[in-house]
Amino acid sequence: MEEFSLYVLDITMNSVRAGADKIEIKLEEQGDTLTFTVTDNGCGMSPETVKKLSDPFFTTRKTRSVGLGVPFLKMLAEQTEGSLTIESKEEATHPDDHGTKLTAVFGYHHIDFIPLGNMIDTVMTLIQGYPDIDFTYDHITPRGTVHLSCEELRAVLGEDISLASYEVLEWIRGYLTEGYEEIDQK
Amino acid sequence: MKSLEELMAIRDKMQDKVAVRHASDDIRVVVGMATCGIAAGARPVLNAFVEGVANEGLAERVTVTQTGCIGICQYEPIVEVYEKDKEKVTYVKMTAEKAKEVIERHLKGGKPITEYTIGKVIS
Ligand SMILES: Nc1ncnc2c1ncn2[C@@H]1O[C@H](COP(=O)(O)OP(=O)(O)OP(=O)(O)O)[C@@H](O)[C@H]1O
Ligand SMILES: [Mg+2]
Repeated sequence: MEEFSLYVLDITMNSVRAGADKIEIKLEEQGDTLTFTVTDNGCGMSPETVKKLSDPFFTTRKTRSVGLGVPFLKMLAEQTEGSLTIESKEEATHPDDHGTKLTAVFGYHHIDFIPLGNMIDTVMTLIQGYPDIDFTYDHITPRGTVHLSCEELRAVLGEDISLASYEVLEWIRGYLTEGYEEIDQK
Repeated sequence: MKSLEELMAIRDKMQDKVAVRHASDDIRVVVGMATCGIAAGARPVLNAFVEGVANEGLAERVTVTQTGCIGICQYEPIVEVYEKDKEKVTYVKMTAEKAKEVIERHLKGGKPITEYTIGKVIS
């Protein structure tokens, strides 16, 4: 994949599929590194599963026998002299505080890093597909932060209006576009 | 800056429509969004459907949803169209351009574009 934003979309989909209803996506630019974290309250994984995760031949999906998402991300991290770590608490053993936190660090200015791509499309795609999940998105840069919280939007919209309605999606696109314009001007 | 006031205005405008909203989901467009789909270009395809359906005034009849891996990764991006009392139509190797055509000819016009369907591409 040639856009970093597609990795973000793909990795966040793992949290969606794990049944999470709260998912925090954070991108933090700091000096030469970009740190990407996804924190969810989904079903989690056992320590053995976490260990196997960097093996492309591990997947719990039924439709094919290889999982590609995490191995792809790990490759990109290592190729830019970064790293990937996953902490997880399985529902079976941690019924009250289960979930997963994935942290990937990249050499942001490394020659093998790829363009960030369209983060706005990634956030919009997630909200369009899963309007009932509480996504939080923070892109922190030295020039400022772009922040979006579905919970905050839902507080304004009330119960009846879906975040996936087109009018709302368009507002979100406008909001994020302006947020990015603001930090790009600095 | 886009303000929460603007969002409130959207809410007020929509609140009257909410009741009618779920009246009929005659057609369901499902886009495969697993790693294989995303890597092959599913995100712009999905966006083209979301935008097109809204802009063509099809939102009352057509819902656009996402799914995981459909299981034939080499043909991604894959889009399935479900319509009441009709056979499922599976489009393969989709692009945003083809999505616009599908909206025009299939969703609006009622005629599936066989050239883009799985039967046609494989045989
Ligand atoms: N956030 C998460 N919570 C719970 N389980 C996870 C999470 N992320 C990954 N997993 C587990 O790890 C497996 C491998 O993930 P990976 O993204 O590499 O492949 P996949 O999602 O199975 O398939 P693909 O990403 O290629 O569509 C998943 O099938 C799932 O069982
Ligand atoms: Mg995955």
